[in-house]
Amino acid sequence: MVELSIELGSVLLLAFGLKGLAKIRTARTANGLAALAIGLAVVGLLLQQGLGGWPWMLLGLAVGGGLGAVLALRVAMTSMPETVALFNGCGGMSSLLVAIGAVQLPTPLNLVGQVSVLVSVLVGAITFSGSLVAMGKLQEWLGTPGWTLRPQRHAVNILLAVACLVCCVLVLKGMAVALIPLTVLSLLLGVGLTLPVGGADMPVVISLLNSYSGVAAAAAGFVVGSELLIVAGAMVGAAGLILTQVMCTAMNRSLTSVLFGGALGAGSSDAGDGAGGREEYTNVTSCSPEECALTLEAAERVIFVPGYGLAVAQAQHSLKELARLLEQHGIEVRYAIHPVAGRMPGHMNVLLAEADVPYDQLVEMDDINPDFPRTDVVIVLGANDVVNPRAKSDPASPLYGMPVLEVDQARTVFVVKRSLGSGYAGIRNDLFELPQTSMVFGDAKQVLQSLLQELRSIGVGKVAVGSGSAR
Amino acid sequence: MSVPLSGTSALWVLVLGSLLGLELIGKVPPTLHTPLMSGANAISGITLLAALALIGEAPTPALKLIGAVALGFALFNVVGGFLVTDRMLAMFRRREAN
Repeated sequence: MVELSIELGSVLLLAFGLKGLAKIRTARTANGLAALAIGLAVVGLLLQQGLGGWPWMLLGLAVGGGLGAVLALRVAMTSMPETVALFNGCGGMSSLLVAIGAVQLPTPLNLVGQVSVLVSVLVGAITFSGSLVAMGKLQEWLGTPGWTLRPQRHAVNILLAVACLVCCVLVLKGMAVALIPLTVLSLLLGVGLTLPVGGADMPVVISLLNSYSGVAAAAAGFVVGSELLIVAGAMVGAAGLILTQVMCTAMNRSLTSVLFGGALGAGSSDAGDGAGGREEYTNVTSCSPEECALTLEAAERVIFVPGYGLAVAQAQHSLKELARLLEQHGIEVRYAIHPVAGRMPGHMNVLLAEADVPYDQLVEMDDINPDFPRTDVVIVLGANDVVNPRAKSDPASPLYGMPVLEVDQARTVFVVKRSLGSGYAGIRNDLFELPQTSMVFGDAKQVLQSLLQELRSIGVGKVAVGSGSAR
Repeated sequence: MSVPLSGTSALWVLVLGSLLGLELIGKVPPTLHTPLMSGANAISGITLLAALALIGEAPTPALKLIGAVALGFALFNVVGGFLVTDRMLAMFRRREAN
């Protein structure tokens, strides 16, 4: 009876936790509730089955929990998407191992149990290898190899899937050995499905794989006969699907085009990354931080457009300092946040929050777009695709239809960028060639630092302090 | 693990759990997409229950070891996932206080 009420309490807490995570005000408490729920579930289970094998449990706790805690506390906020992918992959691996272990138990499994083992192995393996590939691509350890973009990849994946099904049938017919090829083939299938997806779409894939790991957990629940595990797995699986859908909507992409369409702008990007002249921009004006500082000093309204490049350069703190200096000078400063700025929806909000940027200065795309025409200076920092005017004008562009920040409407635009290399999606950006645009080449942090210096040397900070004390 | 589930009642649990999950997440502000994904991901590490059950039932050390490794992977997911989510959300809270 005690065990049952603990389990029910745990399910309730999980449900409230998941619900609360979707609202800013309750999110942190909700996260704690969900963690508490899992702790409760563990207590309930141990009450039921006793502490047999506790040294093994301690071993798993010390190694897995320890490594997880260290990574979670140390990892930089910039690498959040790949961290989530890694955690997720390990959840899938766990379900896979449980299923393989359960087959070797002396108690024979009934048909439901056997099917669940198969689902658990298949989905768990796909989640594991898919998540690792996603992580590798986000870390830029892995690119998008040219061969993965040929149409034949669908044939390869279908072949792999069919082979997996054959193995499943063999297992059901009593050949437990077929679990080994099933595991290998499913791992390959996970790679085959994830490798062709472009880096810009990766967050959607991670969200989907997150949903899969819920499914794998539910399947493991069937294997060991735990209702709690089935409910929790099903809940996460379904919620993950919804979140995937929400994210696709925010990026104006359909799930099928993310999964099967291949990398965005892949045709132009397989030549490799980084080389500046490849895109052959013709009308680009570049300028020095001095010129940029002079224009800023004379401005009344300034909008910053931060992107992932800002985060990579760890420049969010310098940006905040610059914003404060400009505000002291009486300039209105705001930040335009594209829904998918950074590498994951909401990622930029997390990064700027880390630098203590006040919440009310972060303005979402739909609210700030009408303000660009009356903005004197826009500074784009390491953002690219989210400010590409082609998304509005060129139906042939792979970006076409994606909502973008309309910075091309502003009077002056400075684009701070390391080189003229193409964006994450590998697409040419017309903004760079507009007459009101100047490129400031350099690392975002260094450019911001020299802007700060220049502004101070023309007395921006001092004037403000002087006039402040005069009032 | 002691009481085997009947196939049908387990399926009911599956269906109702899925429906619950669909209902729980409705409108999510873009700000929260990353933390929500991370939090949901941590919850999916609940498969650690299955790993614990496997350790409990396993008759041989080899099988217990598989269970322990599975438990390790799951706990990596759970502990890491919740902590990292908390780190992200703590920043939002501080910002609200300003």
